[in-house]
Amino acid sequence: MKLKHWISRMLLYSILGLFACIFLFPIWLMISVSLKSDEFQIAKEAATPRALLPASPSLVNYQSVLKGEGIDAPWTRFFVNTCIIVVSIVGCGIFVNSLAAFALSRLRFRGRGFLVSLIVALIIVPFEGLAVPLFLVINQLGWFDSYQAQIIPFIAHPFSIFLFYQFFNKLPKELDEAARIDGASWFQIYRRIALPLSLPVIATVAILQSLEYWNSFLWPIMVTRGPEYRPLSVAMNAFFGQPPRRWGNIMAFALLTALPLLVMYLAFQRWFIRSVAQSGLKG
Amino acid sequence: MIASFRKFLPAKVKEELAAWSMLSPALLLLIGFLIIPFAMAIIFSFTTKRLVSPLPTRFVGLDNYVRLFADPAFWQALRNNAVFAGIVVPIQSGLGLLLATLVNRKIPGRNVFRGIYFMPVVIPMVVVCVAWYFVLTYPEGLLNTFVKILTFGKAGPYDWLRAPSLALPTIILISIWQGVGFQMVIYLAGLQSIPEELYEASRIDGASAWQQFIHVTLPCLRNTHIFVLVTTTILAFKLFTQVEVLTQGGPRGGTNTVVRYIYVAGYRELRIGYASAAAVIFVLTVLVVSVLQRILVKEEREAL
Repeated sequence: MKLKHWISRMLLYSILGLFACIFLFPIWLMISVSLKSDEFQIAKEAATPRALLPASPSLVNYQSVLKGEGIDAPWTRFFVNTCIIVVSIVGCGIFVNSLAAFALSRLRFRGRGFLVSLIVALIIVPFEGLAVPLFLVINQLGWFDSYQAQIIPFIAHPFSIFLFYQFFNKLPKELDEAARIDGASWFQIYRRIALPLSLPVIATVAILQSLEYWNSFLWPIMVTRGPEYRPLSVAMNAFFGQPPRRWGNIMAFALLTALPLLVMYLAFQRWFIRSVAQSGLKG
Repeated sequence: MIASFRKFLPAKVKEELAAWSMLSPALLLLIGFLIIPFAMAIIFSFTTKRLVSPLPTRFVGLDNYVRLFADPAFWQALRNNAVFAGIVVPIQSGLGLLLATLVNRKIPGRNVFRGIYFMPVVIPMVVVCVAWYFVLTYPEGLLNTFVKILTFGKAGPYDWLRAPSLALPTIILISIWQGVGFQMVIYLAGLQSIPEELYEASRIDGASAWQQFIHVTLPCLRNTHIFVLVTTTILAFKLFTQVEVLTQGGPRGGTNTVVRYIYVAGYRELRIGYASAAAVIFVLTVLVVSVLQRILVKEEREAL
C-alpha cells in the first residue's frame, strides 16, 4: 500500500514537472538568448540545446536596449509611456467606477434599475467592435498620438462598476444609516466608509485592468505614430519586425517588457490568482 | 448662495442630486467613448463613410452588408475564427480542468506549480509571440530540432508560420500555451467550491476516484463550464495580436481574423462604412454568445 502510494506520488510529480517544463521553457529561452552577446553565436546555436545555455552570460544586450540602439527610443521611454497610461487608467478608474457603483447600490433615485441593467449590458460590448468609430471620435477631439487617447476612453469600465456594485450591495444598510443620522453627506459616506472597506475589490479591479492595458495592442497601433506616446507592446512589435533581427537585443527588450508584471505577479501571486478567479463569478 | 439653498431641499431631492452627480463622470465617459461610438458604427454601416474622400457620404442601405457577405476574404476570416474557437475552446477548457485537478491535490509544492502554470497569463501577448517565433524559426529552430529527434529525422523541417496547413494550428498552440492558466484558475475556484461532504458521501457508496470525477465533480462544475466555454469563445473571436505579430493574417489570409479584417478595412484602407458593417456583425456574434450564457446559467438557477 505504501509503495503504491509512493509510485502514484512520483507519477503525479512527473506529470506536474513535465507541464512546468512546457510553461517555463520559452521563458527560459528568452533569458538565455538575451544573455548572449554574440549575434552570430545565437544564430549558430538557435536549433541546438545550447540555445538554452548562455556559455558566457553578458548584459551587453540589456545595455544597448536601455540606450535605445537600433530602436526609435530607449526602452525606458516606452516603459514610462506604458506606466503613465496604465496607472492613469487604473487610478482614475477606481474612483470613477466605485463612485458610480456606490450611487447605484446605496442611493434611491429614478432610473436606477434601468442604469444597473444598462451597465450589465455594456459589459458584453467588445471594444474591438468600437475601435474604428472611436478612432474617428479621437481624431475629432484632436487626440491622435497622445496619452489621453489611450487613457480617457478606458477609465469608465462597466465590469469594474459591476464588481464594485456587487460588493457595495453586500455591505449592511445600518452602516450608512448611522452615518446619515450623524449628519454625514452621501459623498462623505462613500469617501470615509464605503471606499476604505472596498479594498479587496480595488485590488481585484487594479490587477485585472493592469493585465488588460499592459497588454493592449490594437488600440495603441491605431492612435500612436512615433515613440513619444507609444507603449511597450507596440514598440516591441516594431522592434521585432525591423530587419535585420538582432535576437539578443529583441529578447532583452522582450524580457524587460514582461518583467514589471512578472515581478508584481511573483510578489502578489495569491492576489493575482484570486482576482482572475473572481472575474469568473460574474453572470 | 447655492449651499444655503441646498439646506432647504427635501432629503429625497438631495439624494437624487447626489446620485446623479456621483454617476455623472462614469456616465459621461461611457456615453462618449462607448455608446456614441457604438451608435456611430451602426449608422456608418449603412453609409459610404470614408476617413478622407472627395465624395460626400451617402446613405446606401444594406450595400455594405451585401458586399461584406459577398467577400470571400470575410468568410475566410470568419471561418478562421470559428476553427480557432472550435479547437481552442475544448482543448483549452479540458487542459485547464486537468491542470486544475492536478494542482488541487493536497501535496507539497502545489502552489509552486500553480504559480508556474499561471505565469504565461501575465506575460504580454506580444512578448509571448516573439519568444515563440524564435522557437519556430524555419528551418533551424528548436521545435524543428525537437521534431527531428522524436521522429529520427523522418519528419520536418516545417515552416510553422508560413505553411498554409500549419499557420493556424501553430497560432492555436501558442494561444493555448499563453491562456490555459486562466481556465485553470477558474476551474480551481470551481473545484474548491464543491462541498467536501459530496465526496465523502460518494466514497461511502463505494465510488472510485474516476466515478467521483464523473458523477460529482463534473456536474457540480456546470456553471463554471458555461462561463469558461463562453469567455473562451469570446476571446477566440477577439483574436488579433498573435495574428498581427506573427503572420499578418497570412499565408493568403489563412490566419486572418474578423478583428483584423475590421482593422485593415477601417484603419489601413480608411473604409469606415464598410469596416463598421463588419464591426456590427462582430458585435452581434459576441452578443449572441453572451446572451446564450446568461440563458443557460439562468436555467440552471431555476432548476435548483
